[in-house]
Amino acid sequence: MNAINRDTRRASRALAPLAFGILSLFALPARAAPPLTYMIGDGPKAYPVVSLTWGLLIISLIVITIMTVLVCLGAVHRRSPRGDLSIEAVPLLHGGAGLRWVGFGVVITGIVLFGSLIWTMAVLARVSNPPAGKSPLTIEITGQQWWWKARYLSADPSKVLTTADEFHIPVGQPVRVKLIGADVIHNFWVPALTGKMQAIPGKINETWLEASKPGRYRGQCTEYCGWQHAHMAFFVVADPPDVFQAWLTKQLEPAAPASAQDQHGQQLFQQHCGLCHTVRGTLAGGTVAPDLTHVMSRETLAAGTLPNTPGNLVGWVANPQSIKPGNNMPDLFLSGPDLTDITTYLRTLK
Amino acid sequence: MFRLRVLGQLLRASGAIRIAAVAASTFWLAGCGPVAGASVPGGDSAHGAKLIGHLGCGACHIIPGISQAEGLVGPPLDHFGRRMIIAGLLPNTPENLEAWLENPQAIVPGNAMPNMELKKDEARDIATYLYTLR
Repeated sequence: MNAINRDTRRASRALAPLAFGILSLFALPARAAPPLTYMIGDGPKAYPVVSLTWGLLIISLIVITIMTVLVCLGAVHRRSPRGDLSIEAVPLLHGGAGLRWVGFGVVITGIVLFGSLIWTMAVLARVSNPPAGKSPLTIEITGQQWWWKARYLSADPSKVLTTADEFHIPVGQPVRVKLIGADVIHNFWVPALTGKMQAIPGKINETWLEASKPGRYRGQCTEYCGWQHAHMAFFVVADPPDVFQAWLTKQLEPAAPASAQDQHGQQLFQQHCGLCHTVRGTLAGGTVAPDLTHVMSRETLAAGTLPNTPGNLVGWVANPQSIKPGNNMPDLFLSGPDLTDITTYLRTLK
Repeated sequence: MFRLRVLGQLLRASGAIRIAAVAASTFWLAGCGPVAGASVPGGDSAHGAKLIGHLGCGACHIIPGISQAEGLVGPPLDHFGRRMIIAGLLPNTPENLEAWLENPQAIVPGNAMPNMELKKDEARDIATYLYTLR
């Protein structure tokens, strides 16, 4: 099994430059691979699938080429000498050698299709479960209109972390993902790491993923789930194991106490935002919206909609309905000073 | 009235005079137009535009030429180079605009625009871009 894995990985690495080459043909001005490409994988779950994708693509291209050449030959080639239109020239009257070729074609096609079937089933079997032996981290991810809530599960309740939209994982370790749909059906997809898996209300679906190198991998909801479906992205951030542990420890801490000048902002936050959002360590304990205890550690706001900058933060808090119309966060009609105090306080939640 | 007609005939008579007249009137208009932000010495408007995109100014402002800058929180910034007052308070000069961009909370405490911790040259580049919006 390990040898096969190694072979697959080697094959994927060999294919990667080819993949880049062909991709760059399609997107000449772009320098990096597109964020949602599925032609390049970065983990043991993606490697066999990417090899299969390329393999089937190449087989299809070869078949198309052979068929095109044969059809062209058939159109150009004449069985009888030019000018001889006598009916005796039709070969069916003399043994029917043409039918034998049909037989050859069916057998060759059958072998190729059967081989592809076996290959596909082998790949599906290999990626269906995480490698046995390791005790993997489990994250419970809930898709809802229109963001992703994550709970890092642990036997110790004080170590259960709730966060949103940006999920850190350790490199080189398989991670189990339990998927729940909170309202309608969503679909969890991180093309570079794992295939699609639906998040269905009333049901827990399980999938897994593993990154083989550090990086920031974009994921996207791929089941149409309403008005802001397109603004329902997330990121899987693969860190080296020690960096991941440090991140987890930091995230589990409550927010640092507000300084004297941020007290008013914190009060306003609790009053205006605390029934939906949680900031651990304060009176804000709502659970219907993203946990903001360490919101400044995330690179985007509103499920990948905006880069997390002071300007975007203020614009988002002041007018979420113009940026992401129909989302569950209401326009609060805050005054300028209140908006400034709340967002200044939010910016301390590192 | 008579004089105007003579002037018109003269213009029609001579292309050279016409060009001179157009040039003179342009000069005259430029001299009397709004002085606001005619130019910011040393500013890089392309870099300013990039910064505006990165900072997320568009979450609050409509800004021509910046992708997805469609915010409805603060005032639209179209024709910014011809506007007279910034923040409802200061004459629209490069110095005032740069000071405002660097620390809006120091100029109008409690206003909705956040302090974005811009460096001096960043504020200057953003001002340069805004003054291209005539």
